[in-house]
Amino acid sequence: MMRNPYLPLPMKLVKNFTETDDKLVHTFTLEYLNAADEAGFKYSPGQFAELCVFGKGEAPFGIASSPTEPGHLKFSVAKVGVVSTALHLMEEGTMVGVRGPLGNSFPLEDFKGKNLVIIGGGFAFTTLRALTAYILNPANRGDFGKLTVIYGARTPGLLLYKDELAEWEKRDDIDLVCTIDRPAEGWNGRVGFVPAVTKEVAPGADNAYAVICGPPVMIKFTMPELEALGFPPERIIMSLENRMKCGIGMCGRCNVGNKYVCKDGPVFTRAELNQLPNEY
Amino acid sequence: MLINKNELAGFLDQLMSRYQVFAPVKEADYTNFKQISSGTEATLDYSNTKIPPKGILFPQTEKLFSYSCGTEGAQVQECIDQQKKVVFGIRPCDAKSLVLLDNVFNNDKYQDPYYLTRRENTILVGLGCNRPAGTCFCTSLGGGPFDTTGLDALLVDTGDKYVVEILTERGRELFSGTTLPEAGEADRAAAAAVKETATVSCTVNLDGVKAKLDTDFYDPIWDGLHEKCLGCAVCTYTCPTCHCFDIVDDAVDANGCRVRNWDACMFPLFTLHGSGHNPRPTGKERFRQRVMHKFKYFVDNYNVMACVGCGRCIKNCPVNLDIRAILAEIQGSEARLDK
Repeated sequence: MMRNPYLPLPMKLVKNFTETDDKLVHTFTLEYLNAADEAGFKYSPGQFAELCVFGKGEAPFGIASSPTEPGHLKFSVAKVGVVSTALHLMEEGTMVGVRGPLGNSFPLEDFKGKNLVIIGGGFAFTTLRALTAYILNPANRGDFGKLTVIYGARTPGLLLYKDELAEWEKRDDIDLVCTIDRPAEGWNGRVGFVPAVTKEVAPGADNAYAVICGPPVMIKFTMPELEALGFPPERIIMSLENRMKCGIGMCGRCNVGNKYVCKDGPVFTRAELNQLPNEY
Repeated sequence: MLINKNELAGFLDQLMSRYQVFAPVKEADYTNFKQISSGTEATLDYSNTKIPPKGILFPQTEKLFSYSCGTEGAQVQECIDQQKKVVFGIRPCDAKSLVLLDNVFNNDKYQDPYYLTRRENTILVGLGCNRPAGTCFCTSLGGGPFDTTGLDALLVDTGDKYVVEILTERGRELFSGTTLPEAGEADRAAAAAVKETATVSCTVNLDGVKAKLDTDFYDPIWDGLHEKCLGCAVCTYTCPTCHCFDIVDDAVDANGCRVRNWDACMFPLFTLHGSGHNPRPTGKERFRQRVMHKFKYFVDNYNVMACVGCGRCIKNCPVNLDIRAILAEIQGSEARLDK
């Protein structure tokens, strides 16, 4: 009997954490109800999964935890529609369905031995957090070169994973630059938009990859900066979102040209996207 | 083998003891495939069905699994249909469409157990087309009125009987154990003569269409092609190769089922993001998607066009949009429509 890709794994919501001060992004920590399911859920940073609320439906979200953090999965979800609202209202201890892992992942093999510039904006930082945590794991850190993370949000309260960012600040094997749009009380960090900060702090493109996820306007204005720094389109990595249902390349809605974001993506190089229509 | 027309109902009755039998059934002024409970319900005297028989394998609405949530977590019950089926009297174009759909439901990474289990358990008995309709253009897409792609057996109507050609082991299995007479020399000659005379008068020249679509995504031609399209999606619902679907929960509280329903790229909600952004915001993008999917993307991915030339989208369009004319316009030449 073939495996049924539509059936969700049962997981338990162990933590429903309000991540941002506007309360619109929650981070969910899920644990496997059946220990054996974990062995079957082999994932890599950049992949996503469908979260299912029984009675409401399912929706796709990037996996914010890293495979180097066993025992649980993490998702940071903005309250937008029926499923995300139901998730936000869920009490800890409730069962959630998870279907995945789905999609491709960041090209870790290509990253090996290279410097990395990770650029994120707002609540698009989820799979970038997974990637950063993966690289910072002692077992993996030596495989990669210099790591620079540029992370911007409109206000300090909208940055995700604040405790973890503070930990990363202290380390000397990662250059973390957080920035907010306008000066704010209590903020001693950098102020400015991501494109300008990128221009200022990103190291050169030699032997380096850039990974960028964020709102379209941030991407639009950061792209010329990356090009000016000398990053060729083959070494700029992006991750797409489109409306999805099946997550397995059958239901027909998330395609960009002849590629399905769910099955062939969500991670694409800038060079690949240059070959595709602009339907995302 | 032979089936005399006056013995057809009895033959179908025999099959019903071993299989669920789906056959064309008259409904008002059209015909559709239905599961029959008596051989007399079937009519093979039809041009083609209004809705394609793809729904026998990929139902318009289908329960994927049911669930009930209690204190012990969720109990999930998979609903995979394992019944043995026969689709009797399917037209060659529709049989070929299932071969195309196999690419989607058994893709490079995932298998759809609902479709594939039904497909595995379904025998296709085709009915050749003695008089193709004016909207048929199967020969332009590599098919034909007696094409056997995807079929397990083919019936050829020679007047008062059907001459049966067994094409696969599964076809043999179906007809074994039945008490049909063998076809004689004269019957075989009659069948050959019928095949000889059946003609599909409409042709669409597809040379260069794919090459045009490879480069024409931003061409101004798309500004005009979609203009009279209402976005009703009847072209996709009646298309034997369209496979888009939606997945929804049908439940009271946390007890119910997950269901998939046919969906269509012609609807604005199909691609609408939660943020309000829509990558295909107007009829232009959606119309382009439908044409691109069938005649470019499917070719890129599976090396075959996702069209079998059945003509249903032409017959059913409320504003007479004609895919043959659209393709001709794309190609830059005039289509030859009905003679």
